[in-house]
Amino acid sequence: MGVMTFAGTALKNLFSKPVTTSYPAEPAEYKERTRGHIEIEIDQCISCGMCTRACPCGTLSIDKIKGTWTINRFDCIACGFCVEKCPKKCLTMVAGYQEPGGEKGEVTYTKSPEVLAEEARKREEMAKKAAEAKKAMEAKKAAEAAAAAAGEKKDN
Amino acid sequence: MSKRSVIPYGPQHPVLPEPIHLDLVIEDEKIVEAIPSIGFIHRGLESLTDKRDFNQMAYVAERICGICSFGHGYGYCETVEHIMNVEVPDRAKFLRTIWFELSRLHSHLLWAGLMADAFGFENLFYQCWRVREKVLDAIELTTGGRVIFSVNKVGGVLKDITPEMQKMILETLDFVEAETKVLKKTFMNDYSVQSRMKGVGVLTKEQAKALGCAGPFARASGIATDMRMRGYAAYGELDMEPIISNDGDCYGRCEVRIGEIFQSIDLIRQAIAKIPDGELAAVVKGNPNGEYFTRIEQPRGEADYYVRGNGTPNLDRMRVRTPTFANLAGLCETLKGADYADIGILVVTIDPCISCTER
Ligand code: SF4
Ligand code: SF4
Repeated sequence: MGVMTFAGTALKNLFSKPVTTSYPAEPAEYKERTRGHIEIEIDQCISCGMCTRACPCGTLSIDKIKGTWTINRFDCIACGFCVEKCPKKCLTMVAGYQEPGGEKGEVTYTKSPEVLAEEARKREEMAKKAAEAKKAMEAKKAAEAAAAAAGEKKDN
Repeated sequence: MSKRSVIPYGPQHPVLPEPIHLDLVIEDEKIVEAIPSIGFIHRGLESLTDKRDFNQMAYVAERICGICSFGHGYGYCETVEHIMNVEVPDRAKFLRTIWFELSRLHSHLLWAGLMADAFGFENLFYQCWRVREKVLDAIELTTGGRVIFSVNKVGGVLKDITPEMQKMILETLDFVEAETKVLKKTFMNDYSVQSRMKGVGVLTKEQAKALGCAGPFARASGIATDMRMRGYAAYGELDMEPIISNDGDCYGRCEVRIGEIFQSIDLIRQAIAKIPDGELAAVVKGNPNGEYFTRIEQPRGEADYYVRGNGTPNLDRMRVRTPTFANLAGLCETLKGADYADIGILVVTIDPCISCTER
């Protein structure tokens, strides 16, 4: 059984500098992998919705037409599942925690006008193609029906 | 006979790390009986299986507890992997073992600090947590989180520990080992510390067995139970023996946990020396269909996981039995006959984690 077993540690502490840093006067040091918050390269996003379906917290939402990606940062638990699931790899987990705020709001990111215009053009093209395909299909069906009717007549 | 009175203790109390309520029947300064009640921080995580798919549940399981979070994520993933017959790559098994032991290391250092705080040794408390901070740094470096690792997924792990990181972990271990050796002297040999722990809250081997105690609490009463001996993850390839003590008092529990700090250091060193190259995760296809039950050793003792899947992404049932739940009965037994002033120490010696218990 000993006494003064802590004296060495106590003395050492008296003469060494503090192990804590005085944040925020000294900036915090983050590791490379620190899961701080999510960032998005919005113009790469294809609005596929994989991230919104993956998120365990239902934090994310997207609007295909408006080209937006919305996150409620106060609901995000920084698990990184959305980053793993994104097929375009446009989401990244970056160091540095979410800043405190007065209220829990959502942050919306919108694609740049060029990308939006391009997407709208593509959508229109697709719609046109679809309409054409539909027309062709209908014409084909009509022709087939006519042919069948003609065949039937011949049989008679 | 002097008068008996009932004193409510907790859920908000300066010595309690987490909310538990005890109704203490006392006679003079002695406790005659303790009746626990819990339920202050129930979050209903198990019933989230209705709304979250089995991959998302890995992140939910991890958040059952803020200290043994890695183990919960691991236990859940291992259970689902068994149901789906997924063969986890060897490297992933070793990485999981390393992280598991790092989490045990920080949990035990946290406990040592809380224990020091409970017997009124503030300086020692700060020293323990100073050492623990280095372990947290190693965890943050490798996983990106300090206490919530988020590296487990069904099928394997998400991140690798690179050779540079392994070197940093080994340096951290050297530091922790040297510092803990110094602190151990105070915990084990100091006269005043011993006067607070020796012979306090004795639980015999028979009592511990009858009450179904788990983990270091049971090992301190001489029961050699350690689920790691089951050889899950990479434990089967590492040398280890359960650390036990026959004292059954607070001193014995402290001895066991401090011994386990050194054991964890040894296990991580062995795992880093033996880690094979290879994939990080296996490909998982389909949904779990069937049921499985896993037992693992958390820092606080044996934790059990039960999962039942029905072939859809949403599980039928997920159930967790946590070590603190098993140890509450033992705690109430040790409280009987104890001094009122020792309650703080006795509650802390089971290393209670009420958040886990209530989920
Ligand atoms: S990090 Fe996790 S919680 Fe946050 S948005 Fe991504 S999936 Fe959702
Ligand atoms: S998963 Fe990626 S590409 Fe798809 S909507 Fe989300 S951020 Fe956009």
